[in-house]
Amino acid sequence: MTGTPTHSGPRTLYDKIFDAHVVDRQPDGTCLLYIDRHLVHEVTSPQAFEGLRMSGRKVRRPDQTIAVPDHNVPTTPDRVVGIENPEGRIQVAELDRNARDFGVNYYPMNDIRQGIVHIVGPEQGWTLPGMTVVCGDSHTATHGAFGALAHGIGTSEVEHVLATQTLIQKKSKNMKVEITGKLRPGVTAKDITLSIIGHTGTAGGTGYVIEYCGQAIRDLSMEGRMTVCNMAIEGGARAGLIAPDEKTFEYVKGRPHAPKGAAWEAALAWWKTLFSDEGAHWDKVVTIRGEDIEPVVTWGTSPEDVLPIGATVPAPQDFGGGKVEAARRSLDYMGLKPGMKLTDIKVDAVFIGSCTNGRIEDLRAAAEVLRGKHLAPGVRGMVVPGSGLVRMQAEEEGLDRIFTDAGFEWRLAGCSMCLGMNPDQLAPGERCAATSNRNFEGRMGRGGRTHLMSPVMAAAAAVTGHLTDVRELMAAPVDA
Amino acid sequence: MDKFTTLTGIAAPMPLVNIDTDMIIPKQFLKTIHRSGLGKNLFDEMRYFPDGTENPAFVLNKPAYRDAQIIVAGDNFGCGSSREHAPWALLDYGIRCVISTSFADIFYNNCFKNGILPIVLPPDAVEALMKDAENGANARLTVDLESQTVTGADGTAYPFEMDPHRKHCLLNGLDDIGLTMEKAPAIEAYEARIAQSQPWV
Repeated sequence: MTGTPTHSGPRTLYDKIFDAHVVDRQPDGTCLLYIDRHLVHEVTSPQAFEGLRMSGRKVRRPDQTIAVPDHNVPTTPDRVVGIENPEGRIQVAELDRNARDFGVNYYPMNDIRQGIVHIVGPEQGWTLPGMTVVCGDSHTATHGAFGALAHGIGTSEVEHVLATQTLIQKKSKNMKVEITGKLRPGVTAKDITLSIIGHTGTAGGTGYVIEYCGQAIRDLSMEGRMTVCNMAIEGGARAGLIAPDEKTFEYVKGRPHAPKGAAWEAALAWWKTLFSDEGAHWDKVVTIRGEDIEPVVTWGTSPEDVLPIGATVPAPQDFGGGKVEAARRSLDYMGLKPGMKLTDIKVDAVFIGSCTNGRIEDLRAAAEVLRGKHLAPGVRGMVVPGSGLVRMQAEEEGLDRIFTDAGFEWRLAGCSMCLGMNPDQLAPGERCAATSNRNFEGRMGRGGRTHLMSPVMAAAAAVTGHLTDVRELMAAPVDA
Repeated sequence: MDKFTTLTGIAAPMPLVNIDTDMIIPKQFLKTIHRSGLGKNLFDEMRYFPDGTENPAFVLNKPAYRDAQIIVAGDNFGCGSSREHAPWALLDYGIRCVISTSFADIFYNNCFKNGILPIVLPPDAVEALMKDAENGANARLTVDLESQTVTGADGTAYPFEMDPHRKHCLLNGLDDIGLTMEKAPAIEAYEARIAQSQPWV
């Protein structure tokens, strides 16, 4: 039965979006879910397109499929002449060919609108409230900031969506994460999302879709909300979302693929029903006081290894179970000793960018800390805007000058160091303050050491050369 | 996709928690446009030294485990990136089954698309099987999907839960896309309805 709710009575936002997209429901609860937007990049799609060709299938809805190369692309200006790495070049060429042959929407590498897929989608108005959005990339949860049900899928599922515009899904459980009150100065969306993972662990969200709510979430800009939802996957959740409000509608309005005229009014009327009903059932509730959140950094090789910047490096025996061995391995990999102050950790590199923190607001915040200052001696810094349009906007605001005057490299858009599939990588043993999302072993380059943090905290580390509480650098502290 | 019915094989113990997909197959091997050939780089940065020689301390380099078909792992196996290259690399190496207390969501889904059986067991059962696996090649486990049991070397049987739809597809090696294509009329009806009610989609 099409569109039949899973249950009557009050529903969560996730329940509502899920129910609205059910094409078919089996007695055991297995559903065929319709997909409104399918985002595609070069790394997880070639085998899916190859599968279509081998079976003589077409893309069912090329008009709802959006492709952009981001993982492999170099971020240096010489990319206009091509990608030096032959394998990376082939992968991007394959995406060019697949986009052309199957007729999907495409932003090629040298298009000004090119960028990280999760920045391009919202920027172009493809991502809208109430939609289902998938991509062969775990950070698809980013789009949940618009009140869309968005999550990562594997390549077999990419092929399934290309061929059928649907996904086989079972309903996840509902988790509410409420951040009450107000954030203190120097505390950002990144600190919220890392603190949540520190609280619940990297598997705490497994089996759930998270709705983020509370005053501190409402107070965030759309950029900040995208940062929070982006890392839902690092907490193990299938997706993270935030109910749309006036800020959401304001952000969406006028974007190239947003509805216009009468369609806008009709869309708005539906979008305003997209919230969790009073009395809806939550399988798990986590509440954190916004005032209790500190600027945080990670010390280990799992995103759950989060501590406030004022803390010291923990010892393996501070943990229990299998985490003891994992913490020992982390400390060894990271080259850290238990008991040392986090602020005594020196960095070699600073990376500002990624789908987590590569939007205009992130660049503005980092630039504000860096204005009139310079990278500490021996530290290299790189700023990689999330899209060509973010880069252009930043240049219009003069942010590029602040970064370059501070000694940073000002790059073209792409995933860059966040996953080191392109030339931007750490050397073995090199330590980086990064605004990205994963501190896994080898993530930013074999042997590279990553400390995750917010853009302002990364900027602070750039200036001092060690992990630093950004509040100490803030010109005029505001009362909380 | 190959069917999965029963499997008797050597289990390699990997007691580490949070084994992520960057560990299973590091990013430099994602540049392929094919599904095959990734087995030689499975667990690359743990398995080889930077100069390319084997690290003898890594479990799959030990003679007893070179032919392992099962991995017994710590909590939250497969977390991180959505890369299906992770199950492709496992499969290409010859791993058909992973046993843990928990799996990351996307990795878990990806396994079923490739004929790999991920089994969730309670902590005490995983601990017992881990100890079994540490005995080396003499400790062969038997996995029976039909009866949903894992049987250890000492004959102890551990039952596991399994979604009936996924079990059916794995037992018969069924391709999801073909099954969904049979529902084309329902998809068309849905699209027709949305074209009326939500033309902006």
